[in-house]
Amino acid sequence: MRLQLSPELASFREEMRTFFTTQVPQEIRDTVAARRDLTKEQLVESMRTLNAAGLAVPHWPVEWGGRGWTPLQMHIWREEMQLACVPEPLPFNASMIGPVIAAFGSQEQKERFLPATANIDIWWCQGFSEPDAGSDLASLRTTAVRDGDDWVVNGQKTWTTLGQHADWIFCLVRTDPTAEKKQRGISMLVFPMDSPGVTLRPIELIDGGHEVNEVFFEDVRVPAENLVGEENRGWDYAKFLLGNERVGIARIGATKRLLSQAKAYAREVTVDGRPLAAEPRMAARIAELENELLALELTALRVVAHSTDGKPHPASSVLKLRGSELQQAATELVVDIAGPLSVSSFADGGSAVPDWARVATPEYLNYRKVSIYGGSNEVQRTIIAGTILGL
Amino acid sequence: MDFTFDSEQHDLREAVRGLLERAYGDAEHRRRVTGTDPGFDEKTWARMAEMGLLGLPFAEEHGGMGAGPIEVAVVAEEIGRVLAPEPFVEAVVLAGGLVAAAGTDEQRAEVLGGIAEGTTLAAVAHAEPGTRWSPSAVAVTATRDGDSWTLSGVKEPVLNGARADVLVVSAVVDGGTSLFLVRGDAAGLTRTGYRTHDGGRAAHVRLDGTPAELLGESAADRTAQVEQVLAQARIAYAHEAIGSMDTALRTTADYLKTRKQFGVTLNRFQALTFRAADMYVSLELARSTALWASMVQDAGGDVVAAADRARLQTSRAGRHIGKEVIQLHGGIGVTAEYSIGHHTSRLTAIDHLLGDGEWALSRLAADVDAHDTVDPLGAPYTR
Repeated sequence: MRLQLSPELASFREEMRTFFTTQVPQEIRDTVAARRDLTKEQLVESMRTLNAAGLAVPHWPVEWGGRGWTPLQMHIWREEMQLACVPEPLPFNASMIGPVIAAFGSQEQKERFLPATANIDIWWCQGFSEPDAGSDLASLRTTAVRDGDDWVVNGQKTWTTLGQHADWIFCLVRTDPTAEKKQRGISMLVFPMDSPGVTLRPIELIDGGHEVNEVFFEDVRVPAENLVGEENRGWDYAKFLLGNERVGIARIGATKRLLSQAKAYAREVTVDGRPLAAEPRMAARIAELENELLALELTALRVVAHSTDGKPHPASSVLKLRGSELQQAATELVVDIAGPLSVSSFADGGSAVPDWARVATPEYLNYRKVSIYGGSNEVQRTIIAGTILGL
Repeated sequence: MDFTFDSEQHDLREAVRGLLERAYGDAEHRRRVTGTDPGFDEKTWARMAEMGLLGLPFAEEHGGMGAGPIEVAVVAEEIGRVLAPEPFVEAVVLAGGLVAAAGTDEQRAEVLGGIAEGTTLAAVAHAEPGTRWSPSAVAVTATRDGDSWTLSGVKEPVLNGARADVLVVSAVVDGGTSLFLVRGDAAGLTRTGYRTHDGGRAAHVRLDGTPAELLGESAADRTAQVEQVLAQARIAYAHEAIGSMDTALRTTADYLKTRKQFGVTLNRFQALTFRAADMYVSLELARSTALWASMVQDAGGDVVAAADRARLQTSRAGRHIGKEVIQLHGGIGVTAEYSIGHHTSRLTAIDHLLGDGEWALSRLAADVDAHDTVDPLGAPYTR
């Protein structure tokens, strides 16, 4: 048992740190540090910078741009990226559809899509959730009916994140409504968002931003060759994809970064002439969050060190559950530090309220999502109780 | 980076587990043992000595095994798993640790050798009524007369103080706190033993001009050494608590699968399974932190800070799990006949013996501005 990184891993970490802090444009990292939304152009530029250096999709098969890294190297890559305020590679491309096509797509699909996906020449969005199929995803109702060489798609998707930027969608559709188990009659189709019959409607969120959408399909014709893998096997691909999504969802590096920023904010705000950071209750709250984050980071290291043949460790549900709670606790802390300043969310450039206090509440409200997406925390508790405790 | 036991540590764990499960697999036996003085089983203690456990962390030239904090952690976790009442952490890590840290070579060879062989039960008389978790003595004073010393004052609670063959006593000297050895049969030593809520034994110890042997060459201030050894004991206690929490959670999960209410087993109720899942989260986070603290100690890092971090996490987890396992059992959970409540009792004792979570948190909070982020990897951890 030994905590220190090997010299090789220590220099790997240094290499990552140097790249992220010197090669990704400062302005992009400043935007992330300021916790402001990135533009589409910034996200694309950042991912292409990573891709040019072979750092956008290191977990893919080597043949398609992967690096064959160990889980611990992947962990270090991700944490250093977050600590350096580098936007993570677009998850829909890098963690979701890319690995699915690499694992289950035809050779033709791999050649057609994978390089473009790694370089974000295609911006993908996810068409999974529906109004009546969230955590119970298998209840989805969007249908695809075979008509000659095409599939004809009808139905509705929702919570389609950043769909307004997307070129293509990967979509779960019901292809066999008579299947005995509802999971068995689902397939995965990919098609362009500008196909006739696709309509996108933005959903405004409580943080005032526009990040998710509803997507409607009316007689959308999708060529048969756009079926990923086999017909009626879509559920297997979705489970594979969601398993990938859970890894790295704890975002420990990002929360660590936010806590260190929170300390700086608490030194900036004064209470009766003394810095808020000097209040014992505030100092204790920050210290406790730091300790919980340390415990989570150590648990993540245990999990990555023990994960074998690429399968997620059963305790990875702990990472999603606790990681999301700590992300939320950190954003709540920042709102509390901002105090009355936190109401000035939509003040313009002429406001005397510092920028960090203005973004505090929208971020806090937006972060309610992290205990819902990627398998809600209740789903994670069900997994822990069932697969680990045998209940 | 490596979180796995090597083969020797694995074998050690299996051997200790075998010994302690034979001794305490039957909870009734533990009740009998803790119901009779000295509150632990001298035969089991002797077997632990034979196995080399009682000299585990001491240097080989002092009769020990020369093992490190990971091996200590392995033993402590197994102790906690079955709630073995044998005072491993108290006698070996704490009392032995102080002698190892402050004693002369002669004292080390004698006292540590005796502890390792199981012939000397050592106890630490450090806590004083009205004080909390200080590394210093407050009211017990040491007086010098030529080459000899006498001690006066009251120490309490002194774990295993009545049974101990030798007491390691802290006392106020000019400019600080020194450590002394007091033999069980010393003149002017009064020990009144009693049972603690977790089945252990403690004592009120009165020193009244009691002759004592200075530990070490000089009456130097030992506060920093006491703080170091207390930190090592806190980490060992964290592992003992992990073992106890692990058993308590597993016992509760088994209970939920068998106990029926409203015609179905309790694991059919999501309100209960979710609470069990949350306990698992608490346990694994505490386990990671305790393992990390042992690795920091092993690497020669800042053991005091690491112990505070492990203490905070384990205290929170111990309270969470200790309370929930009783609630999920229902009424049987608060009966003395059933095992689960004894885990809660022991977890509560561990929490309060050397500094609880709030206390550790206040120490960490005082330091929170001294670093930007906490990085557990790489060089030995410092604040």
